[in-house]
Amino acid sequence: MVGFNKVVNSYDEALKGLKNNMTVIVGGFGLCGIPEGLIARIQTMDVSGLTCVSNNAGVDGFGLGLLLESKQIKKMIASYVGENGLFEEQFLTGELEVELTPQGTLAEKMRAGGAGIPGFYTATGYGTPVAEGKEIRSFGGKSYVLEESITGEFALVKAWKADTMGNLIFRKTAMNFNPMAATAGKVTVAEVEEIVEPGELDPNAIHTPGIYVNRVIKGTFEKRIEQLTLASA
Amino acid sequence: MGLRRDQLAMRVAQELKDGYYVNLGIGIPTLVANYVPDDIEVMLQSENGLLGMGEFPSEENVDPDLINAGKQTVTAVMGASFFSSADSFAMIRGGHVDLTVLGAFEVDQNGSIASWMVPGKLVKGMGGAMDLVAGARDIIVTMTHANKKGESKVLKECTLPLTGVGCIKKVVSDLAYMEIHDGKFHLFERAPGISVEEIISKTEGDLIVPEYVPEMKLGSIMR
Repeated sequence: MVGFNKVVNSYDEALKGLKNNMTVIVGGFGLCGIPEGLIARIQTMDVSGLTCVSNNAGVDGFGLGLLLESKQIKKMIASYVGENGLFEEQFLTGELEVELTPQGTLAEKMRAGGAGIPGFYTATGYGTPVAEGKEIRSFGGKSYVLEESITGEFALVKAWKADTMGNLIFRKTAMNFNPMAATAGKVTVAEVEEIVEPGELDPNAIHTPGIYVNRVIKGTFEKRIEQLTLASA
Repeated sequence: MGLRRDQLAMRVAQELKDGYYVNLGIGIPTLVANYVPDDIEVMLQSENGLLGMGEFPSEENVDPDLINAGKQTVTAVMGASFFSSADSFAMIRGGHVDLTVLGAFEVDQNGSIASWMVPGKLVKGMGGAMDLVAGARDIIVTMTHANKKGESKVLKECTLPLTGVGCIKKVVSDLAYMEIHDGKFHLFERAPGISVEEIISKTEGDLIVPEYVPEMKLGSIMR
């Protein structure tokens, strides 16, 4: 009996079932709170044609930038991709398909997807290129755009602590998209800094209940900083 | 010479009110945090999931798990909270953020803003800007009045793809402080040393100019 023990001991097990052309939702904001080891592991797998849904696309040589390097990503759904030179190159040559999505809409698409809500109306993007071809509806005299939710075959998230049952706690702004991403994957894999026994995490403090999480793996994290800014002395 | 970057931030800071929750965009808007008047308290919201953003950290306090929306390392103030991106944008879209300050390429007399896309140039993405302009109760745009060729960025109608429609109420440019209502720009203040004639000549949109246009006061709010 495995019961509710979600812990896996290898990245092979963690990513078992990931195949060509799947949609993978990836948590993180910039390089903060990204599942570093899971992404790096995909680069070594014979998997391509992925649609990646993530706020950003990493940087050259780190995070999702690795999978751009290896040309395993076919389509990127993101809100901001300015930090990645390879991205620019592949986008301009038409190798990479890009769906730019407002950041709040992206978060809500994941949240709604995970909650079984197929679409929602939002004022964001009305009258802009984002709304082109989408249904517009008026509520109380204000115009709203119909946005469809997102789910993925896989969701890869990064948490601070997990218990073996997959309950997750995030740390500071490394939370970002991870809780929504966790709900939106058919298979959700959490790469975490520390795994503890059930009962060691305060149930009051759980951010993501274990029901959303299928696999937990303990990772090691570089936590690269994108913009080191210090107080002037 | 119009306002410098730090002076733009100083002027914007005069619009802050005690008890405001404020989201500051990347670039000049970020500098506004340096000029919050001493006699008021504001809480800064960073859309990656932080309410109560503090100053940049000292070297020993750098934490890779604590960044702002510009991906810079920051600190959290006493009373701060962390939350998910969905919660963050619920604050923004739900109208709970009192004031948003952001930059723009163009703004027009109907309050529309273009700030994220120049056709033919590489598009990096809108980030949270579309959500912020659609949701905040009050929005200040800070920008240069004209581009490097001297062409007005204060227009009858934006020419670039929009970020939001009919949402901007206040503009602090390097030349003037203006408000937008009834489909027109209204001139309230001019930058030190800048003539009303220059502002008129660099404003393509309809501009209502009162008989007397006072000069901005900048020095008094310096810390």
